[in-house]
Amino acid sequence: MASIRSDLISIRIINADEREETLEIHVTLNLSLMEALKAGGYPVLGTCGGIALCATCAVEVLSGNEHLSLPTDQELDMLDLLPNLPRFTRLACQIRLRPGMDGLLVRLVG
Amino acid sequence: MKEQTKIPETDICIIGAGPVGLFAVFEAGLLKMRCHLIDALPQAGGQLSEIYPHKPIYDIPGYPQIMGQELVDRLIEQISPFDPEFTFGERVDSVRQENDGSLTVVTNENTVIHCKVLVIAGGLGCFEPRKPAIDGLREFEGKGVSYMIRNPETLRGRNVVLAGGGDSALDWTVFLADIAGKVTLVHRGDTFRGSPEVAEKVFKMAKAGKIDLLLHSNVTTLYGDGHLQELRIVSQELPHFIIPADHFIPLFGLTPKLGPIAEWGLDVIQSAIPVSPADYSTNIARIYAVGDINTYPGKLKLILCGFHETALAMQSAFKYVYPEEKLSFKYTTVYGINTF
Repeated sequence: MASIRSDLISIRIINADEREETLEIHVTLNLSLMEALKAGGYPVLGTCGGIALCATCAVEVLSGNEHLSLPTDQELDMLDLLPNLPRFTRLACQIRLRPGMDGLLVRLVG
Repeated sequence: MKEQTKIPETDICIIGAGPVGLFAVFEAGLLKMRCHLIDALPQAGGQLSEIYPHKPIYDIPGYPQIMGQELVDRLIEQISPFDPEFTFGERVDSVRQENDGSLTVVTNENTVIHCKVLVIAGGLGCFEPRKPAIDGLREFEGKGVSYMIRNPETLRGRNVVLAGGGDSALDWTVFLADIAGKVTLVHRGDTFRGSPEVAEKVFKMAKAGKIDLLLHSNVTTLYGDGHLQELRIVSQELPHFIIPADHFIPLFGLTPKLGPIAEWGLDVIQSAIPVSPADYSTNIARIYAVGDINTYPGKLKLILCGFHETALAMQSAFKYVYPEEKLSFKYTTVYGINTF
């Protein structure tokens, strides 16, 4: 029998003062990483509401990039515009949290 | 900029002609309050018309599905009996409270609107150029640094450095190559996903020595004495080097900002305006904020919620427009729509 917590994943976050914190999220909530970060009280604006338009939710993916779906053209178009971008930068609003993403490590850059 | 002209006084001035701003006209109209809408965009509809006119929306009551632009068109039809006035393509720069409590609103084009109540339905705010973190950038704004090219002729014969990897950076590089004395494009990557033909052209021009293309590079510092003269570049190949420049134009797209609204004395929390959930009033009397731009416990950025907020805000605003009258709540099914 599956564990009652099998839908729970942990996202590791490097915050502004370089400390690593862990955020636990139930994937059944079908949240984007941006929504999860906002709900967790992280300083992510998400001004556009999740339509890849403002890039205020940009994160650098430090570990677990291989478990993320590929960015869409719309996300890449926005990323193209950003100055001084670390290599594995994604828009958190475009990352839908799934069970395989347990242990994802990101740094807030938006 | 046009001369300061006084337009007829209005009851409610609404900043933002998106769906929520438009519906505020309806709720105000039911209470016999006249409205004037101002939007920085050239047309009504806000995000709906500008970003997703042809995307379906599924959570508008009564419409299992409606396209963004159709919703805007229907809202305009719905508010037409109340004859709202519009000012498009202008951004509200300042708001002044008069001794009698009324408000004077002034746009960047010097349009002046005198109103009894101000409703901010600004959505995401204004879209402003994204400014990269470069030392000296702000210092040289207007002194060699600009974020858009209004008149390319001002760059004739000049040494121009562009930065960015989007379509705009590519297009301007090609265009300015024939006008400027020298054009350098600085790009943090080595590929351009934008239109392949223009990217190809830029690579060819670089090979032919018509422009300088600096890939895997970032501008980090600007130098000058009163006007931009040089900039420091960090690249993958070299730790850093300095090149001369008369003009530096970072082209990193637009990003939504609160803009001048943040300077009016309103409380601001994380780029949103906190309001009372009882009537969506802000910390300044007679100023309300509705729709995506406001925040309160449990806030949801939904058109649906914005519509609800306008109804309550307009009921609350009535006391400022008709201080001598008692507000009586009326159903449209009983009283219909009484136009002015």
